[in-house]
Amino acid sequence: MIGSLIPAFDFERVIVEPWAGAASLYGWILLMGFLVTAACGLVGNYLILRRMALMGDAVSHSVLPGLVIAFLLTQSRGTLAMFAGALAAGAATTLLVEAIHRRSRVKQDSAIGITFTTLFAIGVVLISVYAQQVDLDAECVLYGEIAFVPLEPFATIGGVEVAPPSVLRMGGVLLAVVALVIVFYKELLVSSFDPGLAASLGINPTVMHYSLMAMLSIVIVSAFEAVGAILVVAMLILPGATAFLLTHRLWKAMVLSVAHAAVSALLGIHLAVWLDCSVAAAMVVMGSVLFGLAWVFAPEGGLIARALHARGIGRDKVGSEEEAA
Amino acid sequence: MRLLCAFASTIIFAGSPAHAAQVGDMVSGDALSQAIRFFTFADPSVRYALAGSLLLGVCCGVLGGFIVVRRMALVGDALSHAVLPGVALGFLWNMSKDPVAIFIGATLAGLLGTAGVAAIRKTTRLKEDTALGLVLASFFAVGICLLTIIQKLPTGRKSGIDKFLFGQAAAMSAQDVLLMGIVTAVVLALVTFFYKEFLLASFDEGFARVSGLPVRWLNHLLMLLLAFAVVVALQAVGVVLVSAMLITPAAAAYLLTDRMHRLLFIAAAFGLLAGGVGAFLSFLRSSLPTGPLMVLAASGVFASAYFFGPRHGLVPRWWRHRSRSARIERENTLKAIYRVLEDRRFSGESVSISEIGKLRRESDVETVARVRELERNGLATSGGGTVQFTPSGGQRAREIVRNHRLWELYLTNSASIATDHVHDDAEKIEHVLGEDVVLELAKRLNYADRDPHGREIPGLVPETQERGRSAR
Repeated sequence: MIGSLIPAFDFERVIVEPWAGAASLYGWILLMGFLVTAACGLVGNYLILRRMALMGDAVSHSVLPGLVIAFLLTQSRGTLAMFAGALAAGAATTLLVEAIHRRSRVKQDSAIGITFTTLFAIGVVLISVYAQQVDLDAECVLYGEIAFVPLEPFATIGGVEVAPPSVLRMGGVLLAVVALVIVFYKELLVSSFDPGLAASLGINPTVMHYSLMAMLSIVIVSAFEAVGAILVVAMLILPGATAFLLTHRLWKAMVLSVAHAAVSALLGIHLAVWLDCSVAAAMVVMGSVLFGLAWVFAPEGGLIARALHARGIGRDKVGSEEEAA
Repeated sequence: MRLLCAFASTIIFAGSPAHAAQVGDMVSGDALSQAIRFFTFADPSVRYALAGSLLLGVCCGVLGGFIVVRRMALVGDALSHAVLPGVALGFLWNMSKDPVAIFIGATLAGLLGTAGVAAIRKTTRLKEDTALGLVLASFFAVGICLLTIIQKLPTGRKSGIDKFLFGQAAAMSAQDVLLMGIVTAVVLALVTFFYKEFLLASFDEGFARVSGLPVRWLNHLLMLLLAFAVVVALQAVGVVLVSAMLITPAAAAYLLTDRMHRLLFIAAAFGLLAGGVGAFLSFLRSSLPTGPLMVLAASGVFASAYFFGPRHGLVPRWWRHRSRSARIERENTLKAIYRVLEDRRFSGESVSISEIGKLRRESDVETVARVRELERNGLATSGGGTVQFTPSGGQRAREIVRNHRLWELYLTNSASIATDHVHDDAEKIEHVLGEDVVLELAKRLNYADRDPHGREIPGLVPETQERGRSAR
């Protein structure tokens, strides 16, 4: 029964046709997938380093009410309103989590869990109540629809149709993230690895924390329509986690995350065409497969390398690695 | 975008509105008549929905108690997202919403997810939060892939499998409720049976291990029970928000008690409440999904506990802080009056407002307010710009001054602190020293009657009787 659901792998249909028949359609989807995953992945690197991966999870859920309220207030889907809503929601999440775990005996993990589920529930209820006025629905929220990006009316610059507006916006966000990462590379690096040293160098940890959360909110809200609230978490964590299995240097990890984004977007499209399923989810599945490959085959610390070492080939090397870790 | 999303949802969820088995839309009535229908329980689907919601509340509440005290709240979140592919595969098993197949599939997927987290943590340098996020998102993505495939099948459209995302208590059947009942009974029985073991393993794993408890197996068992709870809650709350039913009622209970067994009972009661209220609210309007409403009900309970919990609540804490500061202020005023009296060797009983103000370096207006405060509490009487102690006020003033000077003497004699450094410390402790401590202090200091600055340490009894006592 399950076997019959998976169509035969037809090389012509799965690999060639998308690019021979509808290159522009799939091109935009690929580009959007890459932009989303790359922007999320770059921010995600810092989340992983700072052990804030689950704050990413929390914010990605809680931007929903921000988005819905911004929409209900302005009755438009302008970029500015969206960003404002997301920033407010991100700030609300951070503040609520702090308020709960600083001022009561509830621990941080529970505080995160309570905050984001509450905000997300508010968002879903608002969507259900104002279904006629909000152009979001619960399913879009869950897994977005990147497949409809090329169908948007193209934005025009100087009378020339350039690109779908969401691609332009995501491109702008990615550029901004790259610029911020390059300009504040040292500050982010130091404050992520050694908050004490950062504070003594005059880098305010609170400012860093809130700027990172702001960046996170912006990236998440621009990725929201394409991939939905929960798959964003995957885009935040997968590229960075894969990269950290392969390298110890932050800048190399950044480059690898971007590469991971490109490869998983491309493979994801083909998987989605093959199985006829949600494109965003397929991209995440391929990203997970890449993570699995890195986990097994990483030259240092991969499962195979570990197994070889455990057998006695270079036992001392494992020892020194354990120390380094 | 609105059109596109609508388009997307009609493609993907074509047919789902038509069969949406919501209790609410069977009769199109206003909220009041819906409420009456709900409370008469005439409709079997109302009974199923309510029974299911209550069962899930109890089950999640009890297990949530353990994950909250073990700081595993986000493990619950990861687990709940990880069951989605299992739900989809359970559905595909015989192309129906067979509760048993879905139950088995979801439990296996959940356990696979937790095993994945453990494996990633053990064999890579990635930390727990990253491992949880990875498993959560990857499993969820696989689940979404399967779900979108199912939605395109002719049978899939009518399956109602999309209800597993946000939950619809009203879509539950008698079979579902029966299964939920059995699972909840198993969970409760195991928790009761292994209560002591779970308790020990949760609070002091090292001790549990040296006591010979199979801690690893207990942890595996807890994971299994957690997976059960998630699956029980799935239908009514949905995959996305199950973790809230685990965390929120238990966290609210954690604010109210320090005893684990009480915490579990309170958490179960809160879960029950949230489940019932959520089911009721979603029944009032046909378009409302059950899950988010249950979560909001639970959050409401948590917020009440956070603000009004008798011991740890913000409002009672603020109130206690306020009344304590007010008492300290009153006692400082009493002390000032005593000092004025002392400076003139207790001749006369009345002290003028301006004398107190001078001692405390405050304006007369401020001093009058402080004296009013004393009067309100029956510690002093005033009139014509002067103040007198009432008997209880005089007693309290002597106690405070006595506490202060005894403490100064104690610090000087026993802790060898210079006499000019002891005042500030005594200024704080004078308000909190209890009767027993003061007696013990006096005894240790051999009932001394002079503080390090040479002032007299007053006794607890009025001046006239004190002479005889100090000769003792």
